[in-house]
Amino acid sequence: MSWQWFHRLGSPRWFYQKSSAWLPWLGGAALLLLAVGIVWGLGFAPEDFKQGNSYRIIYIHVPAAFLALAGYYIMAISGAIGLIWKMKLSFVVMRAAAPIGAALTFIALFTGAVWGKPTWGTYWVWDARITSMLILFFLYLGVMALSGAFSREQSGDKASALLALVGTVNIPIIYKSVDWWFTLHQPATLKLTEASTIDPSMFYPLITMIAGFYLFYAWVLTLHTRAMILQREGRTQWVRELLGAPAPTKA
Amino acid sequence: MEFQFDSLASFFAMNGHGPYVWAAYGVAVLVLVALAVAPVLRQRTLRREFKQQLRQEEARRRAAAARAASQRAVETVE
Repeated sequence: MSWQWFHRLGSPRWFYQKSSAWLPWLGGAALLLLAVGIVWGLGFAPEDFKQGNSYRIIYIHVPAAFLALAGYYIMAISGAIGLIWKMKLSFVVMRAAAPIGAALTFIALFTGAVWGKPTWGTYWVWDARITSMLILFFLYLGVMALSGAFSREQSGDKASALLALVGTVNIPIIYKSVDWWFTLHQPATLKLTEASTIDPSMFYPLITMIAGFYLFYAWVLTLHTRAMILQREGRTQWVRELLGAPAPTKA
Repeated sequence: MEFQFDSLASFFAMNGHGPYVWAAYGVAVLVLVALAVAPVLRQRTLRREFKQQLRQEEARRRAAAARAASQRAVETVE
């Protein structure tokens, strides 16, 4: 079997050239699903019999939290691939994933706080789920800070990849926090192994939003990765030719 | 499936939960828009900077070539 595809995958140039064709599809599908999901969730899904209309925040809160966690795996795994196989592209993806993950974690925390006020009577409690999500937010910020703290780019790559890997201990804690500790946070609405505790009329808009967030994540990660590739590879010949420099003449 | 509110006003009020719901959606949409716009602007700036660098290099190369040419011309006259 040829390993060529694997090596090509590690090439920033290959990724930059291929990904420009994916962008309109990813972005279009993501925005379409998000628009449908937002209108559905805000206006057409039925009111919750216990929480009233405040529950509509779930259509933002749960997808954002999903992607905050999935994004951490993507960041940590990219960092690991970079450390093990010394792939240039994977460090770029790791760096690009950090601010996106931080933003999604922020959305999850913020929407959770404004949902908590009418539901629990408080914006914030130091309970297990919320505190572990706050730690996730700081881990993302830590990776961002550490990756930019070295004058040698490679040192920043390695140090922040290590931090990202160590931080993965936090992820199962977040998942399990609502089961392990007595918390205010409600248990998971969606379950893989048993029936979800949500009516189909609320489930369909939620799954639409989750799919929309996944596509949006892929789209935005590609955009950030491309910008970072351009920044890092600015002095290479292929970027110079991309920007209209004449090909080198053989003397 | 139908619209759950009698009027636009009750849609915005959300039965008293309006401020919470709209704050959550508003902030989320703002953050998502920023996430998509930031890398596009960054690319645009980078491309502009690199192109400017390329132009400067090209101008320097031309100037050097012109100097060399005039030098040769002087030498042939002598």
